[in-house]
Amino acid sequence: MVATFIQRAVMQGIPLLFGSTGEIITEKSGNLNLGIPGIMYVGGISGVIGAFLYENSLATPEDANAFMAISIPLLCSMLGSLIMGLIYCFLTVTLRANQNVTGLAITTFGVGFGNFFGGSLIKLVDTDVPSIALTTTSNYFRTTLPFAESTGWFGKIFLSYGFLAYAAIIIALACAFFLNRTRGGLHLRAVGENPATADAAGINVERTKYLATCIGSVIAGFGGLYYVMDYANGVWSNDGFGDRGWLAIALVIFAIWKPSSGILGSILFGGLYIIYLFIPGLALRTQELFKMLPYVVTIIVLIFVSIRNKKENQGPQSLGLSYFREER
Amino acid sequence: MADVLALELKGITKTFGSVVANKNVDLKVKKGEILSILGENGSGKTTLMNMVSGIYYPDAGEIFVNGENVVISSPKDAFKYKIGMIHQHFKLVDVFTATQNIVLGIKDGTKFNIKSAEKKVKEITEKYGFIVDLNKKIYEMSVSEKQTVEIIKVLYRGADILILDEPTAVLTPQETRKLFDILRKMKADGKSIIIITHKLHEVLEISDRVTTLRKGEYVGTVETKDATEQSLTEMMMGERVELNITREEPKNPVERLVVDHLTVIKRDGTVALDNVEFNAYGGEILGVAGISGCGQKELLESIAGLQVTTKKSSILYKPDDLGPQQLVGKTPKEIRKLGVALSFVPEDRLGMGLVGNMDIIDNMMLRSYKSGRGSFLNRKQPKGLAEEVIENLEVVTPSATTPVRRLSGGNVQKVLVGREIASAPKVLMVAYPVRGLDINSSYTIYNLLAEQKRNGTAIIFVGEDLDVLLELCDRIMVINSGKITGIVDGRTATKEEIGLLMTKSVEREDKNEQ
Amino acid sequence: MNSKTKNHEPLFHIAKRDTLPMYKSWAIRGLAILFALIVAGIVTMLLTGENPLKVYSTMVSGAFGSSRRIWSLLQSLAMLLCVSLAVTPAFKMRFWNIGAEGQVLIGGLATAGCMITLGDKIPNALLILVMIVASIVAGAIWALIPAFFKAKFNTNETLFTLMMNYVAIQLVSYFEMLWENPKGSSNIGIINQSTHAGWLPTIGNFEYLLNVLVVLGLTIFMYIYLKYSKHGYELTVVGESENTARYIGLNVKKVIMRTMLLSGAVCGIAGLLLVGGTNHTITTTTAGGRGFTAIMVSWLAKFNPIYMILTAFLIAFLEVGSGAISTVFGLNESFADIITGIILFFIIGCEFFINYKLHFRSRHKEVK
Repeated sequence: MVATFIQRAVMQGIPLLFGSTGEIITEKSGNLNLGIPGIMYVGGISGVIGAFLYENSLATPEDANAFMAISIPLLCSMLGSLIMGLIYCFLTVTLRANQNVTGLAITTFGVGFGNFFGGSLIKLVDTDVPSIALTTTSNYFRTTLPFAESTGWFGKIFLSYGFLAYAAIIIALACAFFLNRTRGGLHLRAVGENPATADAAGINVERTKYLATCIGSVIAGFGGLYYVMDYANGVWSNDGFGDRGWLAIALVIFAIWKPSSGILGSILFGGLYIIYLFIPGLALRTQELFKMLPYVVTIIVLIFVSIRNKKENQGPQSLGLSYFREER
Repeated sequence: MADVLALELKGITKTFGSVVANKNVDLKVKKGEILSILGENGSGKTTLMNMVSGIYYPDAGEIFVNGENVVISSPKDAFKYKIGMIHQHFKLVDVFTATQNIVLGIKDGTKFNIKSAEKKVKEITEKYGFIVDLNKKIYEMSVSEKQTVEIIKVLYRGADILILDEPTAVLTPQETRKLFDILRKMKADGKSIIIITHKLHEVLEISDRVTTLRKGEYVGTVETKDATEQSLTEMMMGERVELNITREEPKNPVERLVVDHLTVIKRDGTVALDNVEFNAYGGEILGVAGISGCGQKELLESIAGLQVTTKKSSILYKPDDLGPQQLVGKTPKEIRKLGVALSFVPEDRLGMGLVGNMDIIDNMMLRSYKSGRGSFLNRKQPKGLAEEVIENLEVVTPSATTPVRRLSGGNVQKVLVGREIASAPKVLMVAYPVRGLDINSSYTIYNLLAEQKRNGTAIIFVGEDLDVLLELCDRIMVINSGKITGIVDGRTATKEEIGLLMTKSVEREDKNEQ
Repeated sequence: MNSKTKNHEPLFHIAKRDTLPMYKSWAIRGLAILFALIVAGIVTMLLTGENPLKVYSTMVSGAFGSSRRIWSLLQSLAMLLCVSLAVTPAFKMRFWNIGAEGQVLIGGLATAGCMITLGDKIPNALLILVMIVASIVAGAIWALIPAFFKAKFNTNETLFTLMMNYVAIQLVSYFEMLWENPKGSSNIGIINQSTHAGWLPTIGNFEYLLNVLVVLGLTIFMYIYLKYSKHGYELTVVGESENTARYIGLNVKKVIMRTMLLSGAVCGIAGLLLVGGTNHTITTTTAGGRGFTAIMVSWLAKFNPIYMILTAFLIAFLEVGSGAISTVFGLNESFADIITGIILFFIIGCEFFINYKLHFRSRHKEVK
């Protein structure tokens, strides 16, 4: 029971972890990207499109090869998220548009894009399959570590996930290392804190923002990919991804901009997200109230952090502001 | 070899919108010399140096470094040519340590290692005798410590040409001396140093040559040994200008303010004002001198009702028509109504007191919009006032409906001070009213204050420039780390005396002193 | 490396512009929309294979084709405008209220609650009065919570209001099941279908006229409030410079909370109109993303309620029109979001050309 709960919490948490790691990297450059929910949709659907086209090109499912089945959706997802990140950067960094408005437009577009292709892909490609169920490719994504079945609770908690789940944790740790221990991380943080200072120190502010935001978008896009290909068994359903994108943004605050705290935070959020399933005797409607928990917890953390008002626990100082060197 | 110039500018021009900041400026800097760039505020000194350091990009002109024509389109390019600038508003990341700030932006191809960087930084600090805690976060540092970090940062990059923008503005005379010693050491080391300043005595003390700018244009360069304060003033001003401010004896001063036991404790627990006691009289200008950030702001804000003070604090205000009024505990609005006005000119001018995107009329309303009944605004009166201020103070503006953001600095300040004076206050507090103004505009403001003094207003004037304080004020109160360390007579006191009071150690230990 | 970059000069250089004359800035925006339509047309053509002109005529006829369609366009416009008006005072104060979605929902939920629980117990006129008060209070409270923490502890309002949306959605979801009708449907269904208790009155035969008139009234109110009232002046000062506001002795906290109360109250009215006036039911999607779209409408109109009629019209037209495209050409309804997104990108991007200008390099033409 507990092992199942933890396992489910982790699976719920992984998309959030991808999303929040991506958003942390983005926010560290001073860009508050509210387009993350849209980008995660795009990351998901782009992978689906890739997998769909690949599966349709096979004569029989047995022809599938593991390398292609994984790398095609992965690359498509990266490409999709990257383009979204580039649009966001072009508007906010190059054209210095308002970040909130741009982010929301990205989300409108991205969610629409996901649902549109999710609903019309079959019609557009003109095949006779009844629905998008990418079982073949999905199986590759869902392959767990060896011994997952045979080691009891240990295997269930630690070994029973697809490779993207482990990738999420490795990426989060790598990001934490990058931010705290490397020169690039120092530069990135400087850009988000005080772009004028970074600029005067010879750091290319625009390039840093572009890089951080685009890499962040790609990471976040993996969250969408994980959701469809692994969690949802390769079945795309419109709006199925729901509000996880916003939750990922909430997680950034919960983790006080630390990717490593994001790992535990995401599992906690995942747990809160599904805890209603594990509390016996809840009426259906009471379950709906329990689903508020992650949001309520975020609000409490938000308030707590602002009351403590510790300099190290705040977001980057220039978050949400565009930078123009010759501003007077 | 000696003939090759470290830096040469030819025909540099830069405009911002319709404002010409630099017009066809030439400049030559020799190797191993200290060059002062002298000019009034707004004469384009900083803009010019910003183009050398890659912050701005010139509209026209050429830059030569060591005789080589170069293009500097970013700060990175400037580093490449070994040019480093210490900006007046420090470019440091608050939440980083000193070391992290120093190594910021350097890509030397080696593995990133804070420890080895620290060693290199230590070598520099020992060489020039800097004293700084490298692991301290910037937001915990004093202004002079921050400046030290900035200088180390530039040296760490191996700069051969150092530009310092108004380096002494925030320093005590003692700290200034220390800085000058370091600059001389660097010069002996063969580095070229450019100092932007408008303080004549410093120019004469430290530099080898002086280049003067006026209204964005190059005026000329002289050897410092051939220059005098008078000759430099003439270059800076264009024509001979009488520097004296007319200071009349206060006429029958009446006690207006009695401040007692005024203590302010900031949110973080530090003491901003410690048991401050003083009196202010009508018909008198009381100057407040001190290193910036020593409690001047809190002092004025307490009187204006914008600060929470401790229980024992007392600020008695004695108007003619009423009995003594205790200002502690009153709201800012009530205090204003009693006739106590505050005009604070902050560093960014528009940050307080005015709203940049609003027009002059709406800015006039800021103080008075509440008057009148109903929930709607009355723009008639403020419109009249705006027109009056524009006319009387010769504010240069297309119309009264122009957003103040689009006015030049001097005109913005005239609008601000004009509005405060318009309410005919009994106590007028001004902080840094001539910040960033050219001499002529400054004098317009000084004259306005003198006129108010003649009318019997009690004026509290917080200033940065000791020369101005000594010429304008009847008494000068020196504040140091939240304490009043002395009140001296403005007619007899000397700068050294005030400087000593500004730095006299009050708990705050100053390692740099020994 | 050194020699390569020595004479490298940036291709162009960006500088801030002085204020552009009005006609020029609107010309730039018009041009942006034109470009956007072209791009959107190309995208549509690629996806449908149809002639783009046909696509556009479908959009126009979808929006204006019949009086019913015009009314439905007006309704979309009115509701979007209503929420946009609601968020505007907060934005003018630089308070990023992206929680309008939740505030509308809570207003709607309060309305639905009154209709369901008081439906046949009190006279209709009184019921409607109670509904009005309840919706306004509910919306206002929902907005006040983040405002309180912002004022008191400077808690980040963007994320706070965002989270409040989801709390509201879950609340609605809970009540949907509590009040489900028929049992087991997890839906509220049409409330008081037989008695019409609590349904807002229709004017003549025009189902949406009341909504349109209410929103028109709100538009005028908001315009006057922002431009000529003391409150409007105060919130502008707070938005422009909090320090200045503090210096003139303004109670910034009070202004923040008061403005958000108003913002939330207007959202509550939007909820009332949606639930009591048109839908007569409530679901988690009743607000329909307007809370987010409204932000763009308000921002594009530079927070001016009169311009907002135009920008809201543009967005409403796009939504209705591209909705028509998706039905006519058998595309998924999310197609509208894609088109809207593309057009928004262009409009957002074009502001750059209004505020900045590019200098192209020409002075160093000769090769050295």
